[in-house]
Amino acid sequence: MNTLDIHSVQSFSGLLDYLANSIVLMPEIALLTAASCILLLGLFLGRTKEIVTYLSSLVTLVGMFFIIFMKQDAGVNLFDGMYVVDELAKFIKLLVCITVILIFIYARPYLIHRNVAKPEFYLLGLFATLGMMVMASAQNFITIYLGLELLSLCLYALVAYVRDSNDASEAAIKYFVLGAIASGMLLYGMSIMYGITGTLNLNEIGLYLANINDFNIGLIFALVFIVIGVAFKLGAVPFHMWVPDVYQGAPTAVTLFIATAPKFAAFVMAYRLLNEGMQDLHGDWQQMLIILAVLSLILGNVIAIAQTSIKRMLAYSTISHIGFILLGFLSGESFGYASALFYTLIYVLMAAGAFGVLLQLKARLKHDMRDVDQLVDFKGLGQTHPWLAFIMLLLMFSMAGMPLTVGFYAKLYVLQSLILSDFIWLAVLAVVMSIVGAFYYLRVIKYMYFDEMVHSLSSQKELTSYILLSINGLLIVGLFIFPNYLLNYCIKIFY
Amino acid sequence: MFNSLPILSTLIWLPIVGGLLVLAAKKISIPFAKWFALIISIATLLVSIVLLKGFDGSQFTMQFYEQKEWISAFNIYYSLGVDGIAVPLILLTTIVTVLVIIAGWEVSKEKIAEYFAAFLVLEGLMIGVFCALDAILFYIFFEGMLIPMFLIIGIWGGPRRVYATIKFFLYTFFGSVFLLIALIYLYLTAGTFEISALQLTKLDQIQQLFIFLAFFIAFAVKIPMWPVHTWLPDAHVEAPTGGSVILAAIMLKVGGYGFLRFSLPITPFASSQLAYIIIAISLIAVVYIGFVALAQRDMKKLIAYSSIAHMGFVTLGFFVIYKLAVDNSSYAELAVQGGMVQMISHGFISGAMFLCVGVLYDRMHSRQIADYGGVVNTMPKFAAFFVLFAMANAGLPGTSGFVGEVMVILASFKANVWFAFLAATTLILGAAYTLWMIKRVVFGAVGNNEVAKLNDLNPREFFCLSVLAGFVLVMGLWPAPLIELMDASVSHLLYQAYQTNLP
Repeated sequence: MNTLDIHSVQSFSGLLDYLANSIVLMPEIALLTAASCILLLGLFLGRTKEIVTYLSSLVTLVGMFFIIFMKQDAGVNLFDGMYVVDELAKFIKLLVCITVILIFIYARPYLIHRNVAKPEFYLLGLFATLGMMVMASAQNFITIYLGLELLSLCLYALVAYVRDSNDASEAAIKYFVLGAIASGMLLYGMSIMYGITGTLNLNEIGLYLANINDFNIGLIFALVFIVIGVAFKLGAVPFHMWVPDVYQGAPTAVTLFIATAPKFAAFVMAYRLLNEGMQDLHGDWQQMLIILAVLSLILGNVIAIAQTSIKRMLAYSTISHIGFILLGFLSGESFGYASALFYTLIYVLMAAGAFGVLLQLKARLKHDMRDVDQLVDFKGLGQTHPWLAFIMLLLMFSMAGMPLTVGFYAKLYVLQSLILSDFIWLAVLAVVMSIVGAFYYLRVIKYMYFDEMVHSLSSQKELTSYILLSINGLLIVGLFIFPNYLLNYCIKIFY
Repeated sequence: MFNSLPILSTLIWLPIVGGLLVLAAKKISIPFAKWFALIISIATLLVSIVLLKGFDGSQFTMQFYEQKEWISAFNIYYSLGVDGIAVPLILLTTIVTVLVIIAGWEVSKEKIAEYFAAFLVLEGLMIGVFCALDAILFYIFFEGMLIPMFLIIGIWGGPRRVYATIKFFLYTFFGSVFLLIALIYLYLTAGTFEISALQLTKLDQIQQLFIFLAFFIAFAVKIPMWPVHTWLPDAHVEAPTGGSVILAAIMLKVGGYGFLRFSLPITPFASSQLAYIIIAISLIAVVYIGFVALAQRDMKKLIAYSSIAHMGFVTLGFFVIYKLAVDNSSYAELAVQGGMVQMISHGFISGAMFLCVGVLYDRMHSRQIADYGGVVNTMPKFAAFFVLFAMANAGLPGTSGFVGEVMVILASFKANVWFAFLAATTLILGAAYTLWMIKRVVFGAVGNNEVAKLNDLNPREFFCLSVLAGFVLVMGLWPAPLIELMDASVSHLLYQAYQTNLP
């Protein structure tokens, strides 16, 4: 590993070396620059600024994707180990870029239809992306916290993005207050950890923990707070209260954002904290994660049954999926993390598709600005929009973990890692809960295909998002037939 | 000529791809899509006949073997092969699907292309179940089958279709998730998902017990056994005719096939220890469900309960082998073969019975026995078929229903007289509920004006029923070819089932 240290810079040429190697940071720097330029550009544009912002944001993200793909070499450690570029970071960044591109394209027709298409959406999205990239590479409490806050602040603002919506404002306040408490918890845990170990660097914390033999209650105390902070951000029970309200209250385009890309960032944050920092406390955090996972699986799946709003139902379904991701973490071994990463990836693919379908649909009346949100709105969708309904059908079966869809492998892999680490009872619980889950996914299909239409919805006639959504839906089946590449990539990262 | 062709893959993918093409063909015209679906199903039938021609019944090894690495990370292979147990079931599938498509020709007015497409996809998946040699591949087909069936019942079903189809789905899903856990556990023990390797894996008593229970839940729900049978009557009643036929004729057999492929060879020790329980449950199914069937007022429900009772014979035949003395191994073979014959024969008979009810339902839109009476006066040809199938269902000698039952009863008699006694009550009960239904529906004076206006079978219906009648009679009079086909495989299975697989 190529380690760079500012203290070793003794001469001018050394400084140049240092800067040259900092080019590793080029994607982040470029993204920041581009986002700032787009922000300024907005000042000089009139009515075209929305479309210009949209297009330049997409160009930025696509460019970012290629820069990361080609230029950011894995295996570099910067700034005293504050910032690391490894295979995982690179992969997460690529995924985040793709997801955000997807989000922008899905969201735009919806925003235009509701007359809320403004440059802020894309700008906040870009800054949130920057936050997620920082999180992907953060290997130090400070960097983790910086990335997390940059992401969170953008998300709070995005939730409140439609200013005259009461629901959205309420959701934003809830999200902000609870998010701030979570950040506080995380910081508190980090500060205790710093007090004990004397360092903020995760690797050094890992080394410190590996060398102490006696039991230290302070460490457990710090660990509890850090795990709570992570659980808040992931939305695991009992720290899930914000999830349904925010999912439902936020405009669907923003819900799509919250439900997808930040999950990658949360995954990588949890991985770095728990594995790279506190691998030696594995026995302790395993217990905590079991409780979180079990509660998330049970509560998420059971309460989702009672929902009449699709967004709320998907929120509870997210909670149950988070439970599955946490189950992957339990083993504390490479195969476990690989299964959790694969599950996260598939989950994001499914959630993007599901909210994408919602975004395609418009309420019946022209002036009805209500989000398509009630399950009964889906009645007869199979007749009016056969293709959208079919994509939704695939997504629902995939979320239920049925074979013939890629959701099956995601569950299979996590179950396998559980059984491999002797948690058979958890595997049984997980599958029993996925039967409960199957019920509400099937109910969506029931509304779409088995019921007669009550009021017909119209859909956005926007080709790009429609095609992309179709690809998204077909990937659910395509990845079922050809999962090798993606699976092996997820595995390779951790070995 | 066909040696180079991967026959099993063709059998699986031809109907699946064909089914999807039917959806596309709908854009051209509906009649074209219908004919296309029929052609695909007939082509699949022809391929399956090629399979039968090329199959060597004197070998127990898997034939037409295909293998390709599929998912390297999990060590999952796309491996297919058939033995004498799978081949008859595959033929049953291809034959019944053709008949279902012909029978549904004019029945469903709505979304006919989608209806046929669903059956074709389902056909491919069901054939996949019988061919899969990799446990996860088996599981994928086993579960994947639920999706088209769920849609068939839910979209084209009766008034309470939503309740019935969700109940069907969740029940079966519930059973199969434990199967999945057991398979993963076996994989981590044996290091492979290859079923033949799993059958050689040594497992201690506790492991065998739990794995057996997981298998048992999955297959008992599917077959279905008392007391987890309650989804079946609901699903049958609400399903469209074609759905009921496929459900009864083939999907139930997947459960029985699972017992033969997984439970007996992989966990023989646990199977022998728990055989008493299975036998008891099977006999309860035969006797108690027989009485339940007697009380039904809905024809489809009655046939559904009779299916459960008949499936009791299948499980009885499979597990009674552990209660036979060692020197009676020829009777063990008789028992398993009897169970297999019963499965095939029930496939034809129950399919035919549901088609008959479908014929009546298309004309009268009622399945209630009380709404009929004296149908023979207006539909003599139909009545002849219906009476024949009813007789076969009751196990009349000369029909296929008799062969399987008598083989199983003979073998159980050797094991325990009481088993045979209880099993034989089906000859009385089966005759009672089936013939009583026939008496009330077919015979007597014309029940009401609507019955008086009924038209007899049209050529299409006549064709479907006569094909099935032919199979029922041929199998009843000359079952030897079928038994020879599976002889070697059954002997090998018994050899495996009499191991302990303990370390």
